[in-house]
Amino acid sequence: MLAWTIYISFLGALVLMLLPHANARASRAAAMLTALAGLAVVLAGFVQFKAGRMVTISRVPWIPSLGIEYHLAADGISLTLVLLTGLAAVAGVLFSWNVEHRTKEFFAFYLVLIGGVYGVFLSFDLFLLLVFYEIAIIPKYFLIAIWGSTRREYGAMKLALYSFVGGAMVLVGLICAYVVAGATTLDVAELAKYPFPLSFQMWAFPLVFIGFAILAGLWPLHTWAPTGHVAAPTAASMLLAGVVMKLGAYGCLRVAMTLFPRGLEPWGFHVLGLGSWRDLFAVLAVIGILYGAMVALVQADFKFVIGYSSVSHMGFVLLGLMTLNRIGLSGGVLQMFSHGIIAGLLFAVVGRMVYDRTHTRDLAALETMELNRAIPFAAVTFVVASAAAIGLPGFSGFIAELQVLIGAWQAFPTLAVVAGIGILVGVAYTWRAMQKAFFGDAAGDASPRQTHSPPRSATKPDSPSQRHGFDAVSLPERVGAAILILASLAIGLYPQLLLKVIVPSFDSPLFEWLKTGGTR
Amino acid sequence: MSYLELLRCVVPELILVAAALAALLADSTMRGLEARIRFAIGGMIAGAGCVAAAVWLLLAPAHALAPGGMLVADPLVRFMQIAVLALTLLTVLISIESDFTAHVGEYVALILVGAVGMMLLVASEDILMMFISLELTSLSLYILTAFHKRSRRSAEAALKYFLFGGMSAAFTLFGLSLVYGLTGATHLQEIAAAIYRQSLSPLLAVAMVMVVIGFGFKVAAVPFHLWAPDAYQGAPAPSAAFIASGSKVASFFIFAKFMMIAFAGAEGSGSWHNYDPGWAPVIAVVAALSMLWGNLAAIVQSSVRRLLAYSAIAHAGYMLLAVMTHNATSLAALIYYALTYGLTILGAFAVVAVVERGTGDEKLSCFAGLSRQAPLVSFCMLIFLLSLAGVPPLAGFFGKFYVFAAALKEGVPDLGLLWLVILALGMSAVSLYYYLQVLKQIYVAEAPADAAALKVSPFSQLVLCLLGMLVVLFGCAPQLLLSALSTALKTAGL
Repeated sequence: MLAWTIYISFLGALVLMLLPHANARASRAAAMLTALAGLAVVLAGFVQFKAGRMVTISRVPWIPSLGIEYHLAADGISLTLVLLTGLAAVAGVLFSWNVEHRTKEFFAFYLVLIGGVYGVFLSFDLFLLLVFYEIAIIPKYFLIAIWGSTRREYGAMKLALYSFVGGAMVLVGLICAYVVAGATTLDVAELAKYPFPLSFQMWAFPLVFIGFAILAGLWPLHTWAPTGHVAAPTAASMLLAGVVMKLGAYGCLRVAMTLFPRGLEPWGFHVLGLGSWRDLFAVLAVIGILYGAMVALVQADFKFVIGYSSVSHMGFVLLGLMTLNRIGLSGGVLQMFSHGIIAGLLFAVVGRMVYDRTHTRDLAALETMELNRAIPFAAVTFVVASAAAIGLPGFSGFIAELQVLIGAWQAFPTLAVVAGIGILVGVAYTWRAMQKAFFGDAAGDASPRQTHSPPRSATKPDSPSQRHGFDAVSLPERVGAAILILASLAIGLYPQLLLKVIVPSFDSPLFEWLKTGGTR
Repeated sequence: MSYLELLRCVVPELILVAAALAALLADSTMRGLEARIRFAIGGMIAGAGCVAAAVWLLLAPAHALAPGGMLVADPLVRFMQIAVLALTLLTVLISIESDFTAHVGEYVALILVGAVGMMLLVASEDILMMFISLELTSLSLYILTAFHKRSRRSAEAALKYFLFGGMSAAFTLFGLSLVYGLTGATHLQEIAAAIYRQSLSPLLAVAMVMVVIGFGFKVAAVPFHLWAPDAYQGAPAPSAAFIASGSKVASFFIFAKFMMIAFAGAEGSGSWHNYDPGWAPVIAVVAALSMLWGNLAAIVQSSVRRLLAYSAIAHAGYMLLAVMTHNATSLAALIYYALTYGLTILGAFAVVAVVERGTGDEKLSCFAGLSRQAPLVSFCMLIFLLSLAGVPPLAGFFGKFYVFAAALKEGVPDLGLLWLVILALGMSAVSLYYYLQVLKQIYVAEAPADAAALKVSPFSQLVLCLLGMLVVLFGCAPQLLLSALSTALKTAGL
């Protein structure tokens, strides 16, 4: 049944394309219905799911002469991410309610992207997975290039090329694995059983891992992320940070680490103190955590702060994967979910609630606007989202990053400490952005910064909101924010909700390596 | 063997010739009518001819008729002939709305004669027959390129194409004569038997290189590609499409067949670790150069036709990869790739033709804002270009996957051709950049304020939709082609 998430999304895109051009309301309604229907299917699937099982959704021969199957299935990990996609899709539509420029096409591309993402998370045939993975690239390009803002064409092209290069690296690795294993199957479970020679795994693992990790924002290949996030329209940056980056991390776990677990074994020699690909990627992940946080600390553009924070938070996911122990891995998966929700929320505040009203993202300019009084709802939402992002107990970010840190403490004690410092810097940049954007000093009114204030300033102010002429926060925004906050709170207060689905997944034969070679 | 028997071997070709003559005759009786109507009638005659020939190929009993082994008619050849007919039919369909010439009958007739050449080419297993049909195809294509008589570019393109083509024919002939001198045979199997007994002599090496050069011109591979950008740019759009589709499919098929059969045993190896002299390394170098130069040069083009020409060179590189792998799987991959590529490029040129009729030019900037003026045409162009870039679920993606899988499978376990596959995939990432440049104009850029509304006739839209659907269909369900192909390959004994 979960397969319908994919079909519904593509069908929705098709329906949208056939709708008349002028009717923006119909387009919105159609997109909303599609996203809701997808979410409903996901929730139904989630309720029916029995932890520890792997549900085969559909398995039919597709290209029999090459052994390629149309194989959709779900285990707890895919289900978690599918749930995230469903939530993000609904929230994204809500936060793009005000798209008036080529509305129909916007939602059509949006739904194709959603459908591709659902497809990746549910594919258990690698060919199929790659098909969905690359389907998701093209709509991203158009969403950013047509509806984006700052340097949109540059950001869009950079993102498309980075993703495509990553896809090409994965394709090389997969074709090699396919032919080495006898060119009879591309099924994940079948290939995971095949004993690839150690020397082969040693180069195929990093190839495929990096190919996917480009999309997960692995430092130093993360540079597409900030520019892409900033250039993208709100809904696209929500999806980009919320879901698309997870595609990369999911691919690392599902494909690279499952197929080539021995690629994680020690090289047998040390370079700069690193003895294996695992050490290297763990170090890069931690560098990403610290680097993203430090760079976010000095950004002048509000959206860049969030953009770099994504790199930092995704570092935790990758670090979690590299711990190779149960708690770290499940923490990594939980962090994928948690960051997806929280990053979506943050981008919604910055892109939709603030930027669409003030038409500036310059923190210095925002400082003069008293946004906490002008758009109180945005301020409250941002405070809540920040609390979740810096890992306040009670929100999903806390339990996820805690698990990763515990896992990392067992595997890489030094790196765990450094990652902990990253969390502290995270508090600092979040605090700074919050302070500047929402709780700026109103006395700044008299300063020359006044020039930054929007042209729509009313003449006779009686409240900051009316003084700036901002629209009130609309109902779709309120609902969208509520959905995301509730999701983060639910997982934060009762993490078992997801953990009881995620953790048993690691018992499946796909993760045999966890018991044998993985843990030291 | 009587003449009657001989004629029976070539019934489909005869049908096409008859159709060509009928089109000429019909056109000469209605000189007074509008070109549009004459094109419609000529197109119908040509279409009827193609369909009749294809039906004959499908229904006629499969008898291996070979007057002295000149021509074969195994299921594989039939498959290729039907493919050529389909591409010809589609070429005729996209040329029906053209307005570049008043000589409709001649144009249609030349397309059909070119198709006859291609059909004979894929059926030939004798170097004499091969050369003659190669020339028949080429001569028709030269004239088709020059057919836009009022355009200087068209004349220039045709002259360049003709001079280069003549040179390449000389190379081919020189190579073939050396082969004959070495083996004393003209039939591919006999050549193979004779060559198999010899070691790789310098003379044989020269012969092989000459043949590769000759075919390299034909398929526009670097460094023999110089005619392609000019020909693609100057020729009338349907002619360019025909050069890029039908002619390419037939040439690649006979190229692979010739190398695989005649030079069996002299392949050598283009693997990274164990290089071994033979024709495979020669093709490996040509393939690598084509991929590199085609993709890099395409980046800087401002004319969409030239961009498509350089992308065609790059695609020739990918297809050469399949030629050099020389086994049954790679031949199937090559045919799948060439065929779907032919469909895609036909569609792309059809869109270029539509835009040219609307704006008078085919610069990148002429495509600006196309998606608001002609959403359906733009969507079809999106499909074609993304398929060329190798984005799933379109045909181009599976084609690449299949070619690369076949190439790597040949070298298991040491994956000797990995260097070429990595180069190819890296370059295909480059290619996305320039295809997106075109799509950016279509979808992102705003149309200039003074742009006239673009009118696209329902017929053009229908043909474009058909091509677009075929590209999607073969991408989503490659098994449709593959099962037919694999049975054909098995019965052909490959």
